[in-house]
Amino acid sequence: MALSTSLRSNLVRPLTGLTALSSTGHLRRPFSSSADDSTVITVETSVPFVGHKCDPPSRNVETTPKELLGFFYDMALMRRMEIASDSLYKSKLIRGFCHLYDGQEAVAVGMEAAITKKDCIITAYRDHCIFLGRGGSLVECFSELMGRQAGCSKGKGGSMHFYKKENGFFGGHGIVGAQVPLGCGLAFAQKYSKDETVTFAMYGDGAANQGQLFEALNMSALLDLPAILVCENNHYGMGTAEWRAAKSPAYYKRGDYVPGLKIHFSSKVLQESDVVDGMDAFAVKQACKFAKEHALKNGPIILEMDTYRYHGHSMSDPGSTYRTRDEISGVRQERDPIERIRKLILSHELSTEAELKTIEKKIRSEVDDAIALAKESPMPDPSELFTNVYVKGFGIEVAGADRKEVRGVLP
Amino acid sequence: MMRKSFGSSAAFSLSIRKRAFFSTSTSTSTSPSLSPLDADDAAAGALKSMNLFSAINNALHIALDSDPRAYVFGEDVSFGGVFRCTTGLADRFGKNRVFNTPLCEQGIVGFAIGLAAMDNRAIAEIQFADYIYPAFDQIVNEAAKFRYRSGNQFNCGVRFSSNLYHALEHFPSLVASIVGLTSGGLTIRAPYGAVGHGGHYHSQSPESFFCHVPGIKVVIPRSPKQAKGLLLSCIRDPNPVVFFEPKWLYRLAVEEVPEHDYMVPLSEAEVIRHGTDVTLVGWGAQLAVMEQACIDAEKEGISCELIDLRTLLPWDKETVEASVRKTGRLLVSHEAPVTGGFGAEISASMVERCFLRLEAPVGRICGLDTPFPLVFEPFYMPTKNKILDAIKSTVNY
Repeated sequence: MALSTSLRSNLVRPLTGLTALSSTGHLRRPFSSSADDSTVITVETSVPFVGHKCDPPSRNVETTPKELLGFFYDMALMRRMEIASDSLYKSKLIRGFCHLYDGQEAVAVGMEAAITKKDCIITAYRDHCIFLGRGGSLVECFSELMGRQAGCSKGKGGSMHFYKKENGFFGGHGIVGAQVPLGCGLAFAQKYSKDETVTFAMYGDGAANQGQLFEALNMSALLDLPAILVCENNHYGMGTAEWRAAKSPAYYKRGDYVPGLKIHFSSKVLQESDVVDGMDAFAVKQACKFAKEHALKNGPIILEMDTYRYHGHSMSDPGSTYRTRDEISGVRQERDPIERIRKLILSHELSTEAELKTIEKKIRSEVDDAIALAKESPMPDPSELFTNVYVKGFGIEVAGADRKEVRGVLP
Repeated sequence: MMRKSFGSSAAFSLSIRKRAFFSTSTSTSTSPSLSPLDADDAAAGALKSMNLFSAINNALHIALDSDPRAYVFGEDVSFGGVFRCTTGLADRFGKNRVFNTPLCEQGIVGFAIGLAAMDNRAIAEIQFADYIYPAFDQIVNEAAKFRYRSGNQFNCGVRFSSNLYHALEHFPSLVASIVGLTSGGLTIRAPYGAVGHGGHYHSQSPESFFCHVPGIKVVIPRSPKQAKGLLLSCIRDPNPVVFFEPKWLYRLAVEEVPEHDYMVPLSEAEVIRHGTDVTLVGWGAQLAVMEQACIDAEKEGISCELIDLRTLLPWDKETVEASVRKTGRLLVSHEAPVTGGFGAEISASMVERCFLRLEAPVGRICGLDTPFPLVFEPFYMPTKNKILDAIKSTVNY
């Protein structure tokens, strides 16, 4: 760790000389050697963590060039996917409800970096990017959005109901706040299985006022469950600003007897005069790592992620009636998570502008290919209307409008 | 006619409706929104073309205007609500009477019950009926039973001596209007029903869960004009009411709605199409579909009688029974799944009352017994053709 103290890098300060970074020295590497997993780079989160009833972790986060470039790639992919979903929705290929995550990618990516696929994540309806982070494929994503068979839920769930059981992703829930008690139940099962895994139950600032959250928190604390409640505070519950919905918008403190940690990206978003930082994937990673260790030893902990969504609440919400366009573009300019990583990569000279642009172009074409594949997938068969209501073979009867028709027992 | 004052219009409307109810005028329109009452309404005052959310908005304006102790609250109602039913209320009546609540349905309804118990008119909005379940306990265990378990000391409505109440029982709107300014009331409004692309959690029809609860009323309008009158009756009713608004019709249904204050009586069904061969009973947006089926059936020589239940609990058994005695056949249609849907209650009641008169089993054309699907919505819904099939098979039984 002695190494890192003298080699702290700053977001904006460009590095000069070979001694700037790691013990092995650092030359500009082309993108092809991004698989470099051994060089340790230390990044400092721009603001310290704020803890409630716990000692916050250090601001210094260790990473490698591979991870840095991986962050960039993953976040750019998520961003591109959400933008593509936006245009698909506008061309009516996606119908129903579509809640986009662009702006908040740092949370998904940072969290994944700190945990394994055996840990469980459960979230609300803004789940496309979390699904990708959990190992979902673009084709599954777009197919599910368009309601096709190749989708992760066979086209029966739609935007709000993405799941990936084998990678510990439990969805995907439409009812606000309902996923949190479920998450605590997952943690209970994990405690029984004794495999050192935890559950991240994610929710938003709107859901933070739901009663069932506090019920679940109380139960988790009583039973010392490895449950980590993550509040993705994007400051607006649909159209309602957080200060209008919550007497205490310090969501990380709401657990009272449960410790909390705030990834304090900036002071109140609404005040322009405050110092504004980037939405920091490394801060998320550090916090999640800390939280996992804490939860395995001491029981539940609350994480509050100060983040922002560029789109409105859903595709039917322009997103500008309750906040100014200046605010949105201000956040995009100063705190965009992808830009932050881009600057980090460039300042550490792990890649060039041109190479990063090439990566983005590659991502664009990947997304386009996935959309094309998804479009080819057929709609679910009409018989799927009746499947999976109960376990197979349990039998539902459906009679035709003409009562004389045969009653069929469906799968 | 000039605009009527608050008290007298209720009596005026009530008497008019009772007369018109037994009229034998046949509806010649193709939309279920026109009723035999139009001639009277035209005489009563100015009409304005409104869609469903405007009519509801109008009703709320009138309710808040006529009662200084009425409050409207819910998620996002301040700016007008996600369906624009509450536009202009906050500006006109102030933030202390029209306000947003945080995202907590159980909290909203519990809060509303308390407010009503202190003699205020609480009009709570649940943003989608699919989200009403956290509040289900409050509605069923608190609101519905408050009057009963306290021996009428506390309730979500007016305090009345029982004699006076029974004397005025036949004129519920009159009751509400007379004591309007001094009593409380609880109304819970929620948009319900399919909307074409709502999926699992924006399309549900939970009315039958609530119809199982003695102590509350369940009301569902079919059109803008009905909605305004019914909502005003609900708000002024001394019992807790759950008012489901068919969200599909918010923009789609447009009608000439009287601008004055009027009420449509609760617990009275309306025959909106007269016929002799088969009786169809429904409510809300489904009536439009049933009307289309009736028109198609007419072409094949089957004369259908269509009844809008309007109030599902307590429901008007007499009207339906009279119709079934006339036709001998009954079909019920609703969007909610068939098993345990309210059609089952209607069917059972009518079989009890009219068994020997029935020419065919009572049919139910309803949603399927699956969760409300995403892409399969057209298959799930009780469509015109399914209803038409049922009409034909019932008549040919």
